[in-house]
Amino acid sequence: MKFLISILIFSVCHTSTQAQEVVVGSKMFTESVVLGEVMSHLGRNAGASVIHRRELGGTRVLWSALLKGDIDLYPEYTGTLSQEILAGENLKTEEEIRARLAKMGIAMSQPLGFNNTYALGMVEEKAEALGIRTISDLKKHPELTLGFGNEFLDRGDGWPSLRARYGLVHQNVSGLDHNLAYRGLEGGTIDVMDLYSTDAEIQYYKLRTLVDDLQHFPTYNAVIVYRVNLIDRAPQVVKEILKLEKLIPEKKMVMMNARAKLEKVPEVQVAADFLAENLNMHVDVKRVTVGAQLWKHTQDHLTLVGISLLGAIIVAIPVGIVAFRWTNGGQFILGLVGVIQTIPSLALLVFMIPLLGIGGPPAIVALFLYSLLPIVRNTYAGLHDIPVAVRESAAALGLPEGAQLRLVALPMASRSILAGIKTSAVINVGTATLGALIGAGGYGQPILTGIRLDDMSLILQGAIPAAVLALLVQGFFELFERLFVSRGLQLKGEIA
Amino acid sequence: MFRLANLSKTFGDLKALSGIELSIPDGQTTVLIGPSGCGKSTLIRLMVGLVWPDVGTVMLDGQALKQENVLALRQKMGYVIQEGGLFPHLTAQENVALMANYLGWTQDRIDSRIEELAALTHFPADGLARFPGELSGGQRQRVGLMRALMLDPAVLLLDEPLGALDPMIRADLQSDLRSIFQTLGKTVVMVTHDIGEAGFFGDQIVLLREGKIIQIGNLKDLVQHPENEFVTQFINAQRSPLEGLE
Repeated sequence: MKFLISILIFSVCHTSTQAQEVVVGSKMFTESVVLGEVMSHLGRNAGASVIHRRELGGTRVLWSALLKGDIDLYPEYTGTLSQEILAGENLKTEEEIRARLAKMGIAMSQPLGFNNTYALGMVEEKAEALGIRTISDLKKHPELTLGFGNEFLDRGDGWPSLRARYGLVHQNVSGLDHNLAYRGLEGGTIDVMDLYSTDAEIQYYKLRTLVDDLQHFPTYNAVIVYRVNLIDRAPQVVKEILKLEKLIPEKKMVMMNARAKLEKVPEVQVAADFLAENLNMHVDVKRVTVGAQLWKHTQDHLTLVGISLLGAIIVAIPVGIVAFRWTNGGQFILGLVGVIQTIPSLALLVFMIPLLGIGGPPAIVALFLYSLLPIVRNTYAGLHDIPVAVRESAAALGLPEGAQLRLVALPMASRSILAGIKTSAVINVGTATLGALIGAGGYGQPILTGIRLDDMSLILQGAIPAAVLALLVQGFFELFERLFVSRGLQLKGEIA
Repeated sequence: MFRLANLSKTFGDLKALSGIELSIPDGQTTVLIGPSGCGKSTLIRLMVGLVWPDVGTVMLDGQALKQENVLALRQKMGYVIQEGGLFPHLTAQENVALMANYLGWTQDRIDSRIEELAALTHFPADGLARFPGELSGGQRQRVGLMRALMLDPAVLLLDEPLGALDPMIRADLQSDLRSIFQTLGKTVVMVTHDIGEAGFFGDQIVLLREGKIIQIGNLKDLVQHPENEFVTQFINAQRSPLEGLE
């Protein structure tokens, strides 16, 4: 308990913004993470204390976080700004985009020097065999299976408009993680995927980039977007970071992506090497040991699970009691709590961002909401299952209702309530891994990175501790039950 | 002591009791009897305030039973149900002491009272630390009785207390109960469907049918001066164990 409170205080202090603190964000693909590391090095070089919230779950998450001030800057692409973030405003030139962003308190750098546009790609031999060179050629092969990144599948400049523009009629279209799509292509489960033109895998997997013959995709010049107030808060940082303008030609970016993704050099090192080479800047890269990382992830994970579960216990047991006592409203309460459970966890996490920003707090609230149902339901069921004769015996003794609840009903329902808490805790440990998508850290972090880098050992660094923690939690509650639930309730031939 | 005046109770369409007038004499045992659904259980539950009448009042010691005074009045009554209605998470001792603990009795007072009650009800001392799930049916019933007697109430209300027991244990407990009632001289109200049991315990037997009182009297009155044909039928419905020999 004390431990939980102390990490709560720690995490609150930790997230409070100090004057010289700068928060960099990056998206869940390697190029973005590398650029995030480059920007972080530059910020530190300017004397700021920089936090890099890496691998956040998509454009929407980063953009909301930037608007809200949870992050100060992140790498973005002009095409994404005009076609997705500010879609429908018909912004054509960079100047128009810049002017529109300024009204929102957001500044945009000059292009960094490379265009990472969308493209469609196929395995070279297959494309050759089918005679496909352009996107228009796909029309002749409606039997092909298309696999797109989930973001591409939904974006305004992605699949919906591409399909309309080219009149494509393919039925087998599925969404999957961008990094996994390459493996799908290699394994033959999909035939066509979306590419980022600077992806290192294009060469590695010998892919053919289909010609965008109708010029559907706009230019995606890499830029840095940052909050205007950063210019006042940390002018040195902004100055340093803007050194990246026109500094990264496409070839260099592809190389950096290849080093990070294919050669598995840590992004932080790739970024440091880039700065040494191009800005003659020396950066010390601290090697973080696996043990230290595991400890950090464990702390984050326990914070998420501990606080959300504690909150859920404090709220859900009284709600379960009310649901039981309030005959007419009881089913309504149970239904309401049940509805929360049906909201997909990723959606719930993203809903929280406008209210609570990114990081621990929104993840904790989402996990708290998920933990309610099993506890409310089991409290209700535990009370409901007490035989009428026993309930009436307590009343007939002359005990007031509060004392009946405290001395008889709740202790008798304790096994059921505890089982509910156990269920919540185990689900919570698993769901908390998704918290990494909105910057909450925890065991989800290495899993995300591992998926991105196709690195099984990294995935296991998150998955194994999460599984072990779930088992420990289960064991803890079983021990707790044995020690603290009346032995009279654990008898086999229990009279009920 | 107890006076029931003009009590009526319906559950939905079912008329459970209508126009019940009954006085329970102090220091005697009154047995409520009748076929299933006659309202005898509802009547005893009305007396404890577990259900409330649509019309009429339950008077105890000159006080009408109401929501406001029901907690205080319940402490003057001991209530025992089939199987004892024990709390499974508490040991026999904790079950018996629950209310006294709540009222803040000292441990010494509780211990000596329980010792007294265990002797009175012939409950083995080593059973006190056991949970209900570890006791036999008869023992559970004795614990239920001890719990009801703990605060030394003026009235004991028993709703089919022996219904779930096998015949040998039942006979044993019947003798014990009757001697306890006689020793303590309490006002007792007991519900049963067994005319033999009613005759064994009842100073006054109240025969009910379809929510109405048919006859009040002792067993002799019911046998010799039945109010109507039903009374005789009800008494004769019980088979003698020797019938099979004829």
